[in-house]
Amino acid sequence: MTNRGRNPLLVVYMGALLAFLYLPIAILIVLSFNDSKLAMVWRGFSLRWYEELMHDGDMLTSIRNTLVIALIATLISVVFGTLLAFGLERHTRSAALENGVYLPLMIPDVVTGIGLLSFFTAITFPLGTGSVIIAHSVWGIAFAAAIVRTRLRGFDRAVEEASLDLGMREVPTFLRITLPIIWPGIVAAALVVFTLSIDEFIIAYFTAGQTVTFPIQVYSMIRFGVTPEINAVATIMLLFSMVLILTAYLFARPRPGRRSADAEEPTT
Amino acid sequence: MTASKTPTSGAGQPAPEVGFTQRARARLGLLTVVPTLTWWVIFLVLPIGLVLVTAFFKGAPYGEIIYEPGFGNLVRATDPLYLGVLWHSVVIATITTAICLVLGYPAAYFIATRPQARTRTVLLMLVILPFWTNFLIRTYAWIILLNREGVVNGILKRIGLIDEPLSLLYNDAAVVLGLVYGYLPLMILPLYAAIERINPQVLEAAADLGARPLRVLRTVVLPLIIPGVVAGVVFVFVPSLGNIPVPELLGGGRSEMIGNLINRQFLTTRDWPFGSMLVLLLLLILMGLLVLQSLVLRRNRKVRIDD
Amino acid sequence: MNRNIRKLAVATVIMLALAIVAACGGSDSAAPEQETGPVTLHVLTFNDYIPEDLAAEFKKKTGNDLEISYITSNEDGIAKITAAAPGTYDIVFLTSPFTQGLIAAGKVEPLDASKIPNLANLYPEASEVAYDPGNAHSIPYSWGTTGICYREDLVGDTVIDSWADLLTPDEALKGKITMLDEDRWLLEPALKLLGFSLNTTDPAELQQAVDLSIAAKATLLGYDAETFYSKLVSGEAVAVQGWDGWCNYGTAEDPRIKFVIPKEGSDLFVDTLVIPKGSTRMEATHQFMNFILETQNGQWVAENILYKVPNKGAMDALDPALLEQFPNMAIPPNLLLQQEALEDLGEGHAAFAEAASKVKAG
Repeated sequence: MTNRGRNPLLVVYMGALLAFLYLPIAILIVLSFNDSKLAMVWRGFSLRWYEELMHDGDMLTSIRNTLVIALIATLISVVFGTLLAFGLERHTRSAALENGVYLPLMIPDVVTGIGLLSFFTAITFPLGTGSVIIAHSVWGIAFAAAIVRTRLRGFDRAVEEASLDLGMREVPTFLRITLPIIWPGIVAAALVVFTLSIDEFIIAYFTAGQTVTFPIQVYSMIRFGVTPEINAVATIMLLFSMVLILTAYLFARPRPGRRSADAEEPTT
Repeated sequence: MTASKTPTSGAGQPAPEVGFTQRARARLGLLTVVPTLTWWVIFLVLPIGLVLVTAFFKGAPYGEIIYEPGFGNLVRATDPLYLGVLWHSVVIATITTAICLVLGYPAAYFIATRPQARTRTVLLMLVILPFWTNFLIRTYAWIILLNREGVVNGILKRIGLIDEPLSLLYNDAAVVLGLVYGYLPLMILPLYAAIERINPQVLEAAADLGARPLRVLRTVVLPLIIPGVVAGVVFVFVPSLGNIPVPELLGGGRSEMIGNLINRQFLTTRDWPFGSMLVLLLLLILMGLLVLQSLVLRRNRKVRIDD
Repeated sequence: MNRNIRKLAVATVIMLALAIVAACGGSDSAAPEQETGPVTLHVLTFNDYIPEDLAAEFKKKTGNDLEISYITSNEDGIAKITAAAPGTYDIVFLTSPFTQGLIAAGKVEPLDASKIPNLANLYPEASEVAYDPGNAHSIPYSWGTTGICYREDLVGDTVIDSWADLLTPDEALKGKITMLDEDRWLLEPALKLLGFSLNTTDPAELQQAVDLSIAAKATLLGYDAETFYSKLVSGEAVAVQGWDGWCNYGTAEDPRIKFVIPKEGSDLFVDTLVIPKGSTRMEATHQFMNFILETQNGQWVAENILYKVPNKGAMDALDPALLEQFPNMAIPPNLLLQQEALEDLGEGHAAFAEAASKVKAG
């Protein structure tokens, strides 16, 4: 551990990288309070873009749609994902299954989106909220399973065994003993899937039909021109996502003593 | 989920020691995995299978599909123009991935070598947080920064470096920039996880035993971080390759990527069979990537054992 | 900590439960409405293409509601009609060649002219159209042409009057040009400059147009069929291929934005209203069409969307000041009709679409 970590060049580099990551977002936040429509003209502090946002009916509808989709997709993902995590951790030793579980995360969104669009059209399943919920649950389950598993790994099996030995049936044991212990992992999974679902664009774009989700609305706003209203949306979304993710992190945090190595890697 | 009283199938699972708990386990095991697998077969395997089959039918005006199998779409897709789009996409995704690797490695190394766990956590969170802001909004931020009346041109003009605004937007560089910005955290995370696992004592031990620095890097460090590199490369390459909004918004629709071409076949031209053929080609490229990935990992394992 | 977790758990479950209730309530159980009493017409139209208070006005007049959804292109519109269950949409806005194709495919309800007396308000030319002779299946909403929309003050000495100004631009224009990327307009500058028909499906002609269009991409800022006028306002672009009406949106913000029909000629498009097969609200749809064709409403539409309407009374009633401000509003019907009408390509559609696809890929 001689000179590790004291390289000034690396410190500067890290600072520059964080600046690269945060400056564009910071500029959006500042501009969201700019009274002027032009980025380079500061006409004073104003909340007019937030006000316009509050009266933008299409935007509000899209946010409502997105919340409904995210909540239900999260519910499905977490229930299936928790079960799956359990099965993988406790009941199977199948390598094919182990690898297969991450396949839904490896397929590009455009392929998943096109596949489901073709499929739903072929079986004449109406495109809308329902089809997006299903589409999001497909990858949501994989994420949820991965996150719950990290929690399951640090689990003291003796507690469960004791319960089973004492004659408690497996399902009550799961509900009364296991579930409360892994609960933080489940909450974290829910928050992560929820956040990703709110953000997801490509798959929703292909499977939403007439329904407009929040990212689709943002997309068409960008396409139809630069408006500072987007800056206001960005600011609100940023705060919202941060709260969700910090909460998720607090729940998923491995107990003290273990090194945290398994931050979960999301895809868009 | 609680209706586990009557398992649908326990056959084919001859459990030798038929203890209560063991049988219960087997039953539970099936119940835990089957719902998801069913869900995935219906909503992932079947749809993608359908696309692969559709690729060999024919499209008609107004979006109908003529169910006569043939290789017409494959022949069409091998037109140099379309192969060019595929190649262009692979090049853009590769450059993006390479830049992410070069930018991400020092950062991951820096974070992983902080002595205090708290510092590590805070830095890692800082890197990840932007990732949770809406991807389109982050892309939009670059339009605000780079357009002719945008922030960068404005600043350059004000400090007198330029008289005429530069065209920073609507080119391949802007597309790569947008992709790097979008997916950099996906590279840093696995790299960090891999570097953090290296025990500094291993390095010291190797050095004490007389190994020269380069040799330490090749035989000790590299094999340990290769899995992280491979994971990062896949995480960045895959979404870059199939990206739709970035080439459209930052590239101005002038240099299409495969995702845009597919999008066009499905939602504009409505030639689904041809679009499906393009999806098939995209999947082939990705399968190549996965084969490459497993080859690298296998060779890596061998290096570690040999030395 | 543990109690907190429990609280959060309860909150989450409640949230999820609410979501399911909301979803069940939200899935609009669209029972087929009887046409007694007021009905809601489902209208599919382009963004920024109808006056904002049209629905309120229509409601005042007939008691019926409008529910408006948007399409981003004609192709998008066709896709939505095809994908949706019959009866989902009652009125769809489509441009003439697409209207013609949809009629040929038998996907449009025929009109009952006796219920649309205001058809009499149209220019006679607006009924003698190839895409739908005699307005048997559609009514025209607006018509116009495509040309070059440009910033007079930024083009330098260049006289903008030819498609060549976009395809092989002068130095001052390079990198500051946008073109439309909807299939039928994507190839227009090249086809016209080469002297070919806009409705050609001849492989050799298409190939020449493709080559010319791809070569022109080097001097293009980008493709833009949505915000080209705001790019002119901001100065990002100085000359763009654009529709006359939307060019006026730019002129409204900056009078230095001008419009010209290139000397090689251009297209004539008619944006129409059709009733897709399966609509169950035939009374109200005809009411709506008649409402649109009222002279007063036609004038109001023209003033709002700044596109010309094929309604003689409406055009005559326009304020001369408006025509002064937006000169392309004053293009007379006979000049408009000299432009080449876009037609449905039928079997040739695939070849044309492939050509457009190649331009984008190249």
